[in-house]
Amino acid sequence: MTDFVAITPELFLLTMACVVLIVDAFLPEAYRAVTYQLALMTLVITGGLTVALYPAEPQVVFHGAAVVDGMGSVLKAFIAGIAFFAFTYSKDYLRERNVFKGEYYVLGLFAVLGMMIMVSAHSLLTIYLGLELLSLCLYAMVAMHRDSADASEAAMKYFVLGALASGMLLYGISMIYGGTGTVDLGEIAAVVASGDIVDDTVLVFGLVFLVVGLAFKLGAVPFHMWLPDVYHGAPTAVTLFIGSAPKMAAFAMVMRVLVDGLEGLQADWQAMLVILSILSMAVGNVIAIAQTNLKRMFAYSTIAHVGFLILGVLSGTEAGYAASMFYAIVYAIMSLGGFGMIVLLSRGGFEADRLEDFKGLNERSPWFAFIMMVFLFSMAGVPPFVGFWAKWSVLREVVAADMVWLAVVAVVFSIIGAFYYLRVVKLMYFDKPEDASPITAGGDLQAAVSINGLAVLGLGLFPGALLTLCVAALAAS
Amino acid sequence: MTLPLTTIVLLPLLGFLVNGLLGPRLGTRLVTVVGCGLPVLAFLVAVGAVMQLEAGDGAALVETLFTWAPFGERSLDVALYLDRLSAVMVLVVTGVGSLIHIYSVGYMKGDEGYARYFAYLNLFLFFMLLLVLGRSLLVLFVGWEGVGLASYLLIGFWFDDPAKAAAGKKAFITNRVGDAGFLLGMFVLYAALGTLEMDAVNAAAADGLLPAATATLVGVLLFVGATGKSAQIPLHVWLPDAMAGPTPVSALIHAATMVTAGVYLVARLAGVYQLSPEASLVLAVVGVATAFFAATVALVQTDIKKVLAYSTVSQLGFMVLALGVGAHGVAVFHLVTHAFFKACLFLGAGSVIHALGGEQDLRRMGGLARRIPITFVTFAVATAAIAGLPPLAGFFSKDEILWFALAGEQGGLLLFLVGAVTAFLTSLYMFRLLWLAFLTPSRMAPEVAAHVHESPRSMTGVLVVLALLSALGGFIAVPHYLEGLLPLPAVAPGRAAWHLPLALFAVALALGGLAAARHLFGGEARPAAALAARLATLHRVLTNKYYVDELYEGFIHRPLVWVADRVLLRVVDRLLMDGLLHGVASLARGSARALVRVQNGQLQRYGWLVLVGLGAGLLWTWPHV
Repeated sequence: MTDFVAITPELFLLTMACVVLIVDAFLPEAYRAVTYQLALMTLVITGGLTVALYPAEPQVVFHGAAVVDGMGSVLKAFIAGIAFFAFTYSKDYLRERNVFKGEYYVLGLFAVLGMMIMVSAHSLLTIYLGLELLSLCLYAMVAMHRDSADASEAAMKYFVLGALASGMLLYGISMIYGGTGTVDLGEIAAVVASGDIVDDTVLVFGLVFLVVGLAFKLGAVPFHMWLPDVYHGAPTAVTLFIGSAPKMAAFAMVMRVLVDGLEGLQADWQAMLVILSILSMAVGNVIAIAQTNLKRMFAYSTIAHVGFLILGVLSGTEAGYAASMFYAIVYAIMSLGGFGMIVLLSRGGFEADRLEDFKGLNERSPWFAFIMMVFLFSMAGVPPFVGFWAKWSVLREVVAADMVWLAVVAVVFSIIGAFYYLRVVKLMYFDKPEDASPITAGGDLQAAVSINGLAVLGLGLFPGALLTLCVAALAAS
Repeated sequence: MTLPLTTIVLLPLLGFLVNGLLGPRLGTRLVTVVGCGLPVLAFLVAVGAVMQLEAGDGAALVETLFTWAPFGERSLDVALYLDRLSAVMVLVVTGVGSLIHIYSVGYMKGDEGYARYFAYLNLFLFFMLLLVLGRSLLVLFVGWEGVGLASYLLIGFWFDDPAKAAAGKKAFITNRVGDAGFLLGMFVLYAALGTLEMDAVNAAAADGLLPAATATLVGVLLFVGATGKSAQIPLHVWLPDAMAGPTPVSALIHAATMVTAGVYLVARLAGVYQLSPEASLVLAVVGVATAFFAATVALVQTDIKKVLAYSTVSQLGFMVLALGVGAHGVAVFHLVTHAFFKACLFLGAGSVIHALGGEQDLRRMGGLARRIPITFVTFAVATAAIAGLPPLAGFFSKDEILWFALAGEQGGLLLFLVGAVTAFLTSLYMFRLLWLAFLTPSRMAPEVAAHVHESPRSMTGVLVVLALLSALGGFIAVPHYLEGLLPLPAVAPGRAAWHLPLALFAVALALGGLAAARHLFGGEARPAAALAARLATLHRVLTNKYYVDELYEGFIHRPLVWVADRVLLRVVDRLLMDGLLHGVASLARGSARALVRVQNGQLQRYGWLVLVGLGAGLLWTWPHV
């Protein structure tokens, strides 16, 4: 029975997702907002339950299928919160494009469930289940705008490549099973530590397949190719959903597989992660320079940020993991805000995702130009915004792990990256607007984006609490 | 009151926010109530906090507000700390600060920036309190920079006048030079001890965890910061120019509080300086040189505020000398008495300027003693105090400084002699000021003379309070109060018996200065003018403040501009950096264009790349199995 208590948030979310699905099916079109509000309420309560059930120490439940621990609970609470904001941002956007359907929210809720399962997985199979639940929802969400050729193409690519990656992951899992005789992460760790391995080669090759699968889901180079096309092609409301919370889930997946399960093979995966990280930072930052579409630019910036995120993990220390976790949370908040600004500026079926759309924003709305500037500076890693602390804390752990050269490389690429963020700032403040119409977005959207921006600023001024939370969460897992 | 220290700090901030944001809409009366009421309240809370400190078992009050940045095991906390040293400072800052706020009500009446003025003044007080109450050097540094900012805003308060705006900039930039030293000192200290909390630093220094060489380095670097803020040679140039601000500002910031921050910093880190006689020697030499140098310049200045400004620099030199000979408690003592009499002098000068409708030139004053008697009496008391006539405040603190310069283990005859000459000069230039402004026959223009009037009661009342403090402040035994925290240095053997003769000698110096001033400036014969003519070269050098500004202009500013323009801008920046940057940028753009082509939208290629990556991964791990 205690097992069921431990997963109350997931159970509640599952129940409510089904309820929302059924309620939505019977609602007349005019009452669609009820679905939206139910979905928001579900997320609030799920997040609240997660916080309320924060475990004092890790609790493995259902015969090793899942674990409830500090890292998982913190990430789940943030996933629910970020999804809440993503839903808020998307309401007007979907309504204007005539896709304000219950499906978005039902799929979104199931995706959140998938993420939560990934986050609290304690077995390779649970991870896979959560991942597939998430991925299938995301494929469908990308394709939701059926009339858009771009969106359909993006969904198709996402699906095919996603299937390929899932196949690799599954293949890797089977090899790990072959090598250790178990899919339980705790038992795998025990087997690897004892050296009582069935077959070394199979185990290590399994690791390679797993890393490839993980890198694909994270969007690390060279497994990133889906990411720009999907971010660009998908409706912005979906992009902001894909680009934020799932990154935290992907981080959790990496932690579960590589640290909880295969920490004994650190020597093997560390080198691979170093290469993935450098390639991601290089390719992401450099290609982003050539982009004229903001969604695409953010997509490449995501790739670069993933490179940074990996840095903390590959340092292989508890503090490094905490730094990465901080990075994942911070990145989700910043990315949500960046895409939120695109939604905010778009109206009446017109997308504001070109760089020109941000020209002279300061004249149209000084407040939102400021908020956007906060996001951009934060992503570029300029103090005092929170992005600086995120970058700084992973760099510190890389240096602490005696890889100063890697930290130097990371800094050089983030300087290159600063260019394309600052270019947008320059456009906002120093150029004349092409279209001087004021911002017409709804009050709730404006408020949400403002809160998002102030959060980035506030966390930057007082990063202590969140940093401490990440350290404490990892200590309790 | 659960968090008295936090309350003390936040009250002026509240005042700043209210007056800064709503000021023009509040009306003069409300602005006054908020602007003066909150500092007074802060003073009362401070008194309560100090009583709480004294009632306790001697342990310092600590309030940790929040953890600003944790890294690994270490973290930087924002915490406030009240021990006896910060208690003295916080009482001076809020007490004298409140008096000056009240004085300002009359002085600034009718100025169109009235609300802005009080907002800035409160902002200054907030940062100053952060400075004296911060537990960590980092918090102190925030206050340190903050008072610099507030000082900049207040010096340039009448920013319509370009000269005043320029003075604001000069103060700001000169202080940056010092701050560089401060920052470096903090870095070294953190690298050596892993903490910036000053009680921990002193404890570590006492436990021998700080090598002497590091202590010297830290001590000198932090002192570079202190030379900026406390206007010591060679960074003293900003302070006289800072007199461009409203006179109460000069009293508050450039005499009583902010400029003493450097002295406070050194006293706060006494543990570090006790480890390093070398750093202390640097302090002593710089201090006594500054004291002497500034006193000679003060002799010939004709602007009433400039005289007081150089006098401040000189007195700060005395404090630094005390620090340098290890008598940290005495330095704080002089800091306190100086705050009383210098605030009184500045505010008195403000009252004179107010009475004369803006006139600041001593050559166009005279005969004011009967016209504005309250100002005259208070000014005379403060003058006697700074000159060191017993039993006024300045006598006690200056006598102690000279005593430890002579008899302390780190003292020396030369330090003492220069100090003694300076003490004589102090008395001379101060009484010269008194005679020229108040006692000689009037040289005022008739239309000015007709309008001379005593200041309103809110101003004279403050003057009286400060004059009383200047008279009686010497009986507050600050060094004794701080003895546990800042022990006085040992007296060199064989010199213990010299204390009484020395005190008499100091009195003789002060009286000598008084007599010389009366002889030179008091009578009709004007021997001063003749003397100036005879020593024309010296007089010119002094009038031009040893040409330090011109020296900086010629040897630092112009070469810097030349290097910046010819070397840095034309060669390094335009040729090297721009070339390099444009090169790198076009490389980045070029590679971006090339790499973009990989992303051709074809699923087949994407799939291939995944397989290539997988293959590379397998090959990579192959040798490891």
